[in-house]
Amino acid sequence: MYEVIAFYIFAISTMVLFTITVMSKNVLYAMTALAAGMVMISGFFFLLGADFLGVVQLIVYVGAVMALYAFSMMFFDATKDIKEKHQNPSLAFVLGGLMALVFVIMFSAPIIGENIQALYPVGLAEGLGAFGNAQDVGLVLFTKYLVPFEVAAVMLLVAMIAGIILAGKKMDYSLTECEASDKELEDEILKGGAK
Amino acid sequence: MEIGIGHYLILSGLLFSIGFVGVLRRKNLLMLFFATEVMLNAVNVAFAAIGNYYGDLSGQMFAFFVIAVAASEVAVGLGLLIVLYKKYGSLDLDVIATMKG
Repeated sequence: MYEVIAFYIFAISTMVLFTITVMSKNVLYAMTALAAGMVMISGFFFLLGADFLGVVQLIVYVGAVMALYAFSMMFFDATKDIKEKHQNPSLAFVLGGLMALVFVIMFSAPIIGENIQALYPVGLAEGLGAFGNAQDVGLVLFTKYLVPFEVAAVMLLVAMIAGIILAGKKMDYSLTECEASDKELEDEILKGGAK
Repeated sequence: MEIGIGHYLILSGLLFSIGFVGVLRRKNLLMLFFATEVMLNAVNVAFAAIGNYYGDLSGQMFAFFVIAVAASEVAVGLGLLIVLYKKYGSLDLDVIATMKG
């Protein structure tokens, strides 16, 4: 009973918050709604017994990714409303609605493949005296998924270096000055490049 | 009434559609990023639900890797956005677009 109530609360709040994210004209509102929606998404993970995934969602998405977006707000002007020119405004809604309809029909059809067996069943670590989702995840991650894990680590390192190099260039020039007096700054950059 | 896998999959599909509408609709690159995050989260919910349904941990594993991919995407993407903003003074796709088509 509680699961049903929790599911519907989380479902409605995620849908509303993500709709705000997609529709809002203000960057700050969109970002806040996205962060709140991600907190709600982690609620589904807790409901589904994936405790560790829920915690990772909270820490990585709500903590790190949203903080990164919040920092990027310092570079872009977040107070202005965004003006977007839509050439065909209804097309996106029609396509998205059709897609949602197809998904609903597809997933409400009876599921085939009841005989699929679990490769790495839940409760793997119970024999070792430990129990809980985090132990299971650790066992599977560091045995069967060790190579993808290492590849993901290298990928994150590459992404970090790329981010530093891309964002760090010409960091000593203010962007707000750039808007105020473009010509002046261009001279400054040229001068800076020369020396 | 029991909450089954169908509920979670339908919800995931609907969230994915919301993100899809955003990707089609948005002209601002930062907002486009937000929409892709919505889509990635929707897929994560589906992964966790299917993993729970089959009693299999692989679903959760894939969700972890999706989160790792999303985190690195944000790191590189925001760096690119900052470079673009320095170059064009705007993140609007109509301003940034250089190809005619």
